[in-house]
Amino acid sequence: MLLRHTPKEITERSALMINPAKTCQPIGAMYAALGIHGCLPHSHGSQGCCAYHRSALTRHYKEPVSASTSSFTEGSSVFGGQANMLQAIENIFAVYNPEIIACHTTCLSETIGDDLKQIRKKAITEGKIPEGKYMISASTPSYVGSHVTGFSNMVKSMVGLAEPTGKKNGKVNIIPGWVEPSDMEEIKRLTNMIGVKTIMFPDTSGVLNGPLSGEYKMYPDGGVTVAELQSTGDSIGTLALGEWCSADAARELDVKHKVPCQILDMPFGLKATDRFIDALRIIAGVTVPDELSMERGQLVDMISDMHQYVYHKKVALVGDPDQVIAMTEFLVSIDMCPVHIVTGTPGKAFERRIKEITKDMPFPCNVKAKGDMFLLHQWIKNEPVDLIIGNTYCKYISRDEDIPLVRWGFPILDRQGHQYFPTVGYKGALRLLEKILNVIQDRKDRDDPESKFELVL
Amino acid sequence: MAISTLKKIAPDDPAHIKAELLAKYPSKVARKRSKQIMINEALENTTPEIMANVRTTPGIITMRGCSYAGCKGVIMGPTRDVVNLVHGPIGCSFYAWLTRRNQTNAGTDGANYINYCFSTDMQDSDIIFGGEKKLEAAIQEAYDLFHPRSIAIFATCPVGLIGDDIHTVARRMKEKFGDCNVLAFSCEGYKGVSQSAGHHIANNQIFRHIVGENDEVKPGKYKINLLGEYNIGGDGFEIDRILKKCGITNISTFSGNSTYDQFASCHTADLNAVMCHRSINYVADMLETKYGIPWVKVNFIGAEATAKSLRKIAGYFGEKELIDQVEAVIAEEMPNVETALADVLPRTTGKTAMMFLGGSRAHHYQELFKEMGMKVIAAGYEFAHRDDYEGRHVIPDLKVDADSRNIEEIVVYRDEDKFKARKTAEEMKALEDSGYKFKEYEGMVPEMEKGTLIIDDLNQYEAEKLVELMKPDLFCGGIKEKYSIQKLGVPMKQLHSYDSGGPYAGFKGAINFYYEIDRLVNSRVWSYMKAPWQDNPQLSATYGWE
Repeated sequence: MLLRHTPKEITERSALMINPAKTCQPIGAMYAALGIHGCLPHSHGSQGCCAYHRSALTRHYKEPVSASTSSFTEGSSVFGGQANMLQAIENIFAVYNPEIIACHTTCLSETIGDDLKQIRKKAITEGKIPEGKYMISASTPSYVGSHVTGFSNMVKSMVGLAEPTGKKNGKVNIIPGWVEPSDMEEIKRLTNMIGVKTIMFPDTSGVLNGPLSGEYKMYPDGGVTVAELQSTGDSIGTLALGEWCSADAARELDVKHKVPCQILDMPFGLKATDRFIDALRIIAGVTVPDELSMERGQLVDMISDMHQYVYHKKVALVGDPDQVIAMTEFLVSIDMCPVHIVTGTPGKAFERRIKEITKDMPFPCNVKAKGDMFLLHQWIKNEPVDLIIGNTYCKYISRDEDIPLVRWGFPILDRQGHQYFPTVGYKGALRLLEKILNVIQDRKDRDDPESKFELVL
Repeated sequence: MAISTLKKIAPDDPAHIKAELLAKYPSKVARKRSKQIMINEALENTTPEIMANVRTTPGIITMRGCSYAGCKGVIMGPTRDVVNLVHGPIGCSFYAWLTRRNQTNAGTDGANYINYCFSTDMQDSDIIFGGEKKLEAAIQEAYDLFHPRSIAIFATCPVGLIGDDIHTVARRMKEKFGDCNVLAFSCEGYKGVSQSAGHHIANNQIFRHIVGENDEVKPGKYKINLLGEYNIGGDGFEIDRILKKCGITNISTFSGNSTYDQFASCHTADLNAVMCHRSINYVADMLETKYGIPWVKVNFIGAEATAKSLRKIAGYFGEKELIDQVEAVIAEEMPNVETALADVLPRTTGKTAMMFLGGSRAHHYQELFKEMGMKVIAAGYEFAHRDDYEGRHVIPDLKVDADSRNIEEIVVYRDEDKFKARKTAEEMKALEDSGYKFKEYEGMVPEMEKGTLIIDDLNQYEAEKLVELMKPDLFCGGIKEKYSIQKLGVPMKQLHSYDSGGPYAGFKGAINFYYEIDRLVNSRVWSYMKAPWQDNPQLSATYGWE
């Protein structure tokens, strides 16, 4: 047994987190920053933070992840990291020449109270930021929230670049949240199809799913440009996908520049995608094209065709709040029963939302924000499920308990596809359903006695 | 610029390459880097001096990690019956969770915590009001849940800054439990200049709090400890297989698949065989001073190196029975190695490689490449010290800067009760007179050919530049470097965690490595970089279907 020491009996823990379902803020800030074209993310802290975040992102995307660090030593931890940061800015523009540096803090620089805004001002005064180049910063203390919070904080910093001209640009800002590059690409396909002009930020498509061509571009072609970010204040409105990942930036644009916003769920599954498409249609004042209704119909068709295999199947689900909320709704909408739900990110609103979505389910639902996978495993031991949905770390539970696993979320370290094949939108939901059906039907084929083994499923 | 369009610069022009690497830097950075980029040319009987174990310049995209990574990630991570509890915000523990490919086997006692990740998940209130209470509660919860043999506490950056006294908490809990050793490591990420500081901190605490606790004499005639072997990809399992076959008893591995009791009884061994000099030489020295166990440098990476290391161990014990058995094992294992080598050699001979890794591997793996007829044209360490490059004779000349001075050096004395000279002075002298070298490590530099480049703390910009200029057939480094190198059309092998596969140590490991490198440098995929229409973009004619 891989997790041989996990007891079935659940005891209250107040201080010890075991097998977390979250990580720390800075990695989220780094991922978001990679979605700006020509951006070098910078970690203001010890070298190890930057090394760990780059490694984790690289293992998930199998792509280069460049980011620099302030390389704190004991001396800088005592006297403050300003000198390191100023030196870093100078070296970064000299050696790596990015369009923009997106700097985030760490628990180290937050604890000693370094003020990045003030350091940036000093860098500007000292002429360390070349003409036409930019630096943004986000405060991302690792001891608050989770990687999702860090993502949200960096996205919020991006809208700090907005410079309204007073003339509307006719575009809709779309904040996709922490989804895969493939998902961002799919969101762009959907908005194009409907005919809405958009500025999407961040946009990691073309950055973290790049080609192999014998050429290395430190700054790949993808990403939202600084000019586009500056223009977000002139947009006609903002659609923020996900309360946890995207809402803060959208509200900031509303408060500061009167760009109205609408906060939607991430478009995973039928209903959330319906709401997203409907919102886009209303904003653009257009009719939804038939080809998109066709995609929706195909999804509904597969749900009806395969309903018998998913009906009332119990699911354990773990991941980040915005994703898990949308996924829970999708599972319930196809009559599956997510009975154990955990996110590592804190937030009572998450638990309320899940309770509301699952209230008519035939089984009670265990839900916990700021939970961990150790608890999820114990719940599963007490009430077994037919399927687990979560990141790669779930495979230890999956193997020990012999329960099928659909890998979905962050990080996925042992399977491919998330970079290239979206799970948002109707097509994405078809893929999710396909993945769920595959593992359930594979299991049926494995477990059915010979006499009941069937050709046609 | 596409690599195919670059003019190939002769590898025998290292001065030119060095100048190219430095050209873009601001002058201050260039001055510093020029001392860390060395052209390997012998100077009158001495090796040239390299600058190492110094701070990385802020803003330069380094391969290095932090002290915590060296302490928890490298040294304590591969232990299997110790609950490794990280005191800090969640990230540090999360990132070190199963990402190094250390293999463990629960054994007969059944304890194996390697698949778990433990953290106090510090919140802002803990930063403001102090985290000691939470740490104490977390230790209690871990004890109540698992009753482990030991709980190790690791400090992350904020812990040192807010002044949590983790050592006092550990001591208190150890006394309270009675049957569980609780010990703490002050390995905050900002300490030192790289992972290296963390190794040292880990060495000190294991030695201070665990080593020497269990005097029970384990069965076995030829007893050694294997220091600095972390069982990545199963390396330690392969070495153990060979040692067992030779009749050599491995009392304790530091620290692949290790247990608390192995550390506690390592002072009962009669020889320390040191694999990774950088990460563990402190323990080797302390074991010698306190308990009288001599140490020798070994290397089980490479078939020839493995044979040599086995002979070195047998030579120390000096008994015919062991010497004969070692020879018999080598004779039995080598034919398979030779068969594999004969198979790959036609495809690997003459290929070139670069290696920028850790503190030992960039040296150790040169053996394997040599066996394959490949040349290492540039190499360097990520976190080594000068002695790992130039040999231990430079240790007295090492400058101790402010960053290293902060890392504790523990002073160890002979334990009058437990010290036992393993050999008489005459026996030791006789061995040394016959060419046997104790406490000796010559470093990477003498291994490398003249005119090759040796670069300390290589960074992303230099890596790319080197590959463009020297066009190696293979680049070896870590996960962060992997894909930027491969985008250039050059295969990249991770030699920290091996990407996948292993073991690469020992005889079977050598065979695995030959085939793995053969696969990488001869993969068809590197010929697909350009589509047919990209090779000939100009249309000269069109044709229709009719």
